[in-house]
Amino acid sequence: MLYIKCPYCGLRAQKEFSYGGDATVKRPNINEEVSSEDWDNFVYMRKSPRGKHIELWQHIAGCRQWIKVQRDTATHEIFQTAKVTEEIR
Amino acid sequence: MSQPFRLNKEGLINRNKKISFTFNGKKLFGYEGDTIASALIANGIHLVGRSFKYHRPRGFFGAGVEEPNAKLQVEFNGHSEPNVNATEMELVEGLSATSQNCWPSVNFDVGAINNFLKMFFPAGFYYKTFMWPKSFWYKIYEPFIRKAAGLGVASIEKDKERYEHKFEYCDLLVTGSGPSGLASAYAAAKNGAKVILAEDKPRFGGTLLTDDVSIDNLSGKDWAEKIITELKSMPNVTVKNRSQVFGYYDHNMLVMFERVSDHLEKKSKFTPRQRLWYIRAKETILSTGSIERPIVFGNNDTPGIFLSAAVKEYMKVYGVLVGKKPLIFTNNDSAYETALEFKKNNVEPIILDTREEHSSELIDEAKSKGIDIRFSHGVIVANGYKKVKSAKIGKLNKDKNSFEKIETVDCDCICVSGFWTPSVHLASQSGNKLKYEEKIDAFIPDKKKQHETSVGAANGSFTLEESLKHGFENGSNLSAKITETKTEISIPNVNEKKYGAHDKFWCMPLPKNENPKRFVDFQNDVSVSDIEIALREGYRSIEHVKRYTTLGMATDQGRTSNLNGLQLVSNIENKIVPEVGHTTFRPPFTPITIGTIVGREVGMEYMPTRKTPMHEWHEKNNAVFVDAGAWKRPRYYKLGSETLFEASKREAKNVRENVGICDVTTLGKIDIKGPDAAEFLNRVYTNAWMKLPVGKARYGLMLREDGIVMDDGTTTRISENHYHMTTTTAQAANVLSHLEYYLQIVWPELNVNVVSTTEQWAGAAIAGPKSRDMLSKLYPDLDVSNEALPFMGYKEAEFFGVPSRIFRISFSGELAYEINVKSDHGMFMWEKMMEVGKDFGNQPYGTEALSTLRIEMGHVAGPELDGRTIPSDVSLNGLVSKKKDFIGKNSLGREAFNVESRQKIVGLIPIDRKSSIPEGSHIVQDQNAKLPNPKLGHVSSSCWSVENNNPFSLAIMKDGKNMIGKKFFAVSPLKNKSIEVEVISSHYVDPEGKRVRS
Repeated sequence: MLYIKCPYCGLRAQKEFSYGGDATVKRPNINEEVSSEDWDNFVYMRKSPRGKHIELWQHIAGCRQWIKVQRDTATHEIFQTAKVTEEIR
Repeated sequence: MSQPFRLNKEGLINRNKKISFTFNGKKLFGYEGDTIASALIANGIHLVGRSFKYHRPRGFFGAGVEEPNAKLQVEFNGHSEPNVNATEMELVEGLSATSQNCWPSVNFDVGAINNFLKMFFPAGFYYKTFMWPKSFWYKIYEPFIRKAAGLGVASIEKDKERYEHKFEYCDLLVTGSGPSGLASAYAAAKNGAKVILAEDKPRFGGTLLTDDVSIDNLSGKDWAEKIITELKSMPNVTVKNRSQVFGYYDHNMLVMFERVSDHLEKKSKFTPRQRLWYIRAKETILSTGSIERPIVFGNNDTPGIFLSAAVKEYMKVYGVLVGKKPLIFTNNDSAYETALEFKKNNVEPIILDTREEHSSELIDEAKSKGIDIRFSHGVIVANGYKKVKSAKIGKLNKDKNSFEKIETVDCDCICVSGFWTPSVHLASQSGNKLKYEEKIDAFIPDKKKQHETSVGAANGSFTLEESLKHGFENGSNLSAKITETKTEISIPNVNEKKYGAHDKFWCMPLPKNENPKRFVDFQNDVSVSDIEIALREGYRSIEHVKRYTTLGMATDQGRTSNLNGLQLVSNIENKIVPEVGHTTFRPPFTPITIGTIVGREVGMEYMPTRKTPMHEWHEKNNAVFVDAGAWKRPRYYKLGSETLFEASKREAKNVRENVGICDVTTLGKIDIKGPDAAEFLNRVYTNAWMKLPVGKARYGLMLREDGIVMDDGTTTRISENHYHMTTTTAQAANVLSHLEYYLQIVWPELNVNVVSTTEQWAGAAIAGPKSRDMLSKLYPDLDVSNEALPFMGYKEAEFFGVPSRIFRISFSGELAYEINVKSDHGMFMWEKMMEVGKDFGNQPYGTEALSTLRIEMGHVAGPELDGRTIPSDVSLNGLVSKKKDFIGKNSLGREAFNVESRQKIVGLIPIDRKSSIPEGSHIVQDQNAKLPNPKLGHVSSSCWSVENNNPFSLAIMKDGKNMIGKKFFAVSPLKNKSIEVEVISSHYVDPEGKRVRS
């Protein structure tokens, strides 16, 4: 079971979180034209990297904040967590 | 009732307390502190089971977790458990143990014929034999293998015991209380660290209990006791015996299995049987020790053949002799301690040492005590079927592949030692890549992967001095990093015997013209020849050899067999062991009960039960409940001997004719506040929200980004910047997360807050033509006319002195209202409604009637919004704005969503107007068509239309709207039904929607 550091609450067990997918995907702006290719990429296309991956988790049984987690998908090592407004490099 | 093999004084058992038990029906006794194994051996019983494949007689081999043979079916405390390790299970009054895998009895087992047919059961036998004919698999082979395989019998009774889970955090977790573990825990505790010390066995001390050593002039056992007593007195230390750390998981989480009360004769009602600990440790000391490995020789599985250290443990801990004429077969010095222990108890052992004559402290001591030592000797084959009677021994030549001077010596037990294998399971589970240590012919942990530090024998250090030194150092250093305190501890003086070098010898050659089985893996009956066959047939990877031969795949996980198997493969392949590699270690280290894994989450505790504030009233009034997620909802209220069908029909009919009330508390409710709330709703819902006036409700439809309908519900504008959203019961949590996602990540610039208020409000729907009349009685001072409170109107008013919200919304399709009061007033509201409603023929209705009402109106719900439908599929395209953007809009333009023949919602009625159409039925043109019969659609919801008094269903059907008027078949192979149906509009009752506006 992972041990995830919520930037608001501190280290908490994985049980308290739910997974939210790739955090680097950007939704096309609302009320703006978008090509079907860009839209399809946003809705469907996801990379499934082996290694470092920046992803979203929601602290669902805690502060209910969505957070960013940089995790190694093979070893589960967590390198960094951040608020969604912060950048992970 | 004397015990022929019990020593008079030795041992740590409590001789003042006799414990009676039965084995295979025979009444026996042992003492408090015995295991089943030690008690049976004391009684001279060695034959305890039959082997897995050949049904060969098997006895005890070890004295703890390493035991491959003695797995018993054990009954105690009113339950029966299979595959209990007799060497670990403590004796408890009234326990009854029986042998497994034998019929009719362990003494005479019909399956033993396999032993004589063994040439037909080589490695890969199953794979080769049961391949053809293919049709035989299900009817003949599979049932046969099932019957022949397996060991004990799982109970089919409900487990009445209590199991618990516990979460714990500590600075340092120490796994094992041998010398290195004790030293680590002690040093860390002195530094002020929060320490958990776990010991698998009932007694602390590990090898200190059996080795002839002294520490600071105390015997090993006394020193261990002193340290444990001190640790127990420290508030920062938790000391646990009967507790095995069996798994090392991600982010330094370890799981421990505590046997809380299996050893207790009586326990309180709330004492759990076993407890699972989830321990998040900052640092972990793995002091798991080592396990002796055997030397392989002919018929080495005969009862009476033991690991030599186990024999010593039986003498020193349990006061039990495994035999009176022992033969000790070793390649190293440690078995000499067993010989000396025999000698001390006036038993004369013979030592067969594979090494050439040489000298060491222990050898010299054995010599001086007059023990018969034969160097360059080994056991070729053991004689005896159900118990070893003698052994054929021989002198090994220089290259140890043949022997001379063969003779037979009488013996009643053979104690084998092939040197020691560190228990690296937990280290390996943590992700540590192991490395091969040639000095000890075994794997030890390599570079740290998580926060694991292996010390003592688990790390390949086999001397007490080194183990203690590593223990104190690592315990101190690791904890000092955390507590930033360092207390100096002087490392105690140690007195131990020095061991000479071991012999790299592990398997006796076969004698000429004889072919006895030489077992490598006892539990799975894998012999040397099986591994040879696997290699001959081309299996090279150790993982493949393992699977083909099943070497190391039994419940003992190859604790005594893995390394010998590896040696064999590397010898045949002419590789060195590290090139062959090792197989994967996986948790759990030893089998644990399913009950422990499940814990308290059974029955009522499986998940939380959510009850509405009116639940008690429903219960008192014969409600039959249905689960809606965690909620309990009344499905119908049973009057007399009514069936579900009759009751729901009555309730629904009463709503259509008079008025009914329904508990709708379970609907998800979300409070939305902020200056940008309208803009947010406008983006979330498909329809327009910017112009909704205060005091009005609107029905809204929510999509996922892929265009599929996510949820529907009404949202009401309570005040300028305050909205009250309702969701379906099932989607409440998902919708909240969905809204939070967009507010926190996608549009953080919107000034809006959302919070769930589901639990804060109790809700009741009042539906039916007489609902307005009833409402006016509930709110005598309020104008509830159609003009003052129109459809989709909203008002706040006092309900008999209690603040309430009135929404004129309808799910039933009738004139209807929904009243919300604070949860605390829910019961008051409901009882008042029942009281006032009497004059109007009001009856409560449950979810079944609610479904009937919405289905015949053609209102969609979960079965239609099933994660595959877009708005136009369910006739809700009128709610999709063309002018504005919203979540999922771009996806609605996808080609597949816009083909003419796409699925649409329709209604179905049976031609005979009688037969109910099962939900889930497939709609087909020809009921007799050849399979696979092309599917045109499926039945999503079915009811008995109370308005038209015949069955009616909703269906999602290809090109649905153009099918209206046509006839098809609804077939349900599950229910074995095929019903001819006619397609009609999905709005079966009041298609213009007049009633809700009346």
